[in-house]
Amino acid sequence: MTVLPETAAVHWRPRIDPARLRRRGRGWTLSTLAHTIPFLATAVLLIALEPLSFPVAAIAVVHAWGIPALYANRGANVVRPRPRAAAAPEHAALGLLGDLLGHEGRELHSRTGLALEHGRLGVWLVGEAGALLVRPGGRRVDCWCVKVDGELPSGDRTAHLLLALREDEQGFATVANLAFSGAGWRLRRRLPARMRTALDAARARA
Amino acid sequence: MARLIRMDQAGHTTLAEWTANGDDAAVEAAVAVFREQLDAGYYAVVSAGEGHAEQVRELPLDAELVILRRPIAGG
Repeated sequence: MTVLPETAAVHWRPRIDPARLRRRGRGWTLSTLAHTIPFLATAVLLIALEPLSFPVAAIAVVHAWGIPALYANRGANVVRPRPRAAAAPEHAALGLLGDLLGHEGRELHSRTGLALEHGRLGVWLVGEAGALLVRPGGRRVDCWCVKVDGELPSGDRTAHLLLALREDEQGFATVANLAFSGAGWRLRRRLPARMRTALDAARARA
Repeated sequence: MARLIRMDQAGHTTLAEWTANGDDAAVEAAVAVFREQLDAGYYAVVSAGEGHAEQVRELPLDAELVILRRPIAGG
């Protein structure tokens, strides 16, 4: 089995496997609850003690909703498109990326900007500077921030990540930084509209 | 005709072309360029169909396409 050479640069990180991924997901859920429950409890307590305090209670509820939404936004940012290169390099890079993708993948990428890839950890959506991993069942999505340095056309940036993912999926997840792990619906609201189609397709296949 | 390409600012650049049972000089030139690129920090990958890719450290002469990529890192 090929081991991604870039894992040597993060030798202190344990290699990601499905069990470790599940534990990290649970950690994110606990963290979300820890952010949310105190605000909700405060809101309930305020209303119970003094109904006229409802404006403050409402602010607490907004915080309870907003903090997880901010994390989801951070996750969605990993696949937001980067600045384009000139037309000719972009065209050449998209041609190579298209050769790496099948017909269906090519079509999805042209519509959404994301390349769909089946893996052992789930279904991946690879962007230019990050990837989404839709876990089996389609409910939880992990957002991974990972990129290639230097100025490259968008298609090449995606192709770099796609090839690395295909070389060693677990190594890819080990090298990448986890920006968000949570409910697919929460992430979906924060994605650019055209990318939601790709997320729906990945969740249907996961 | 097999090709060694590098993903770069131009989209991609063809660095060498050869045929497995063809011109020895072309093969030698391809091997030399391949090593030079690896020394420069590139990784060489052979796409093995949809969903699979393999990193190579020697130029696979029977491969149709060898792609050179840069290292990736967490953002």
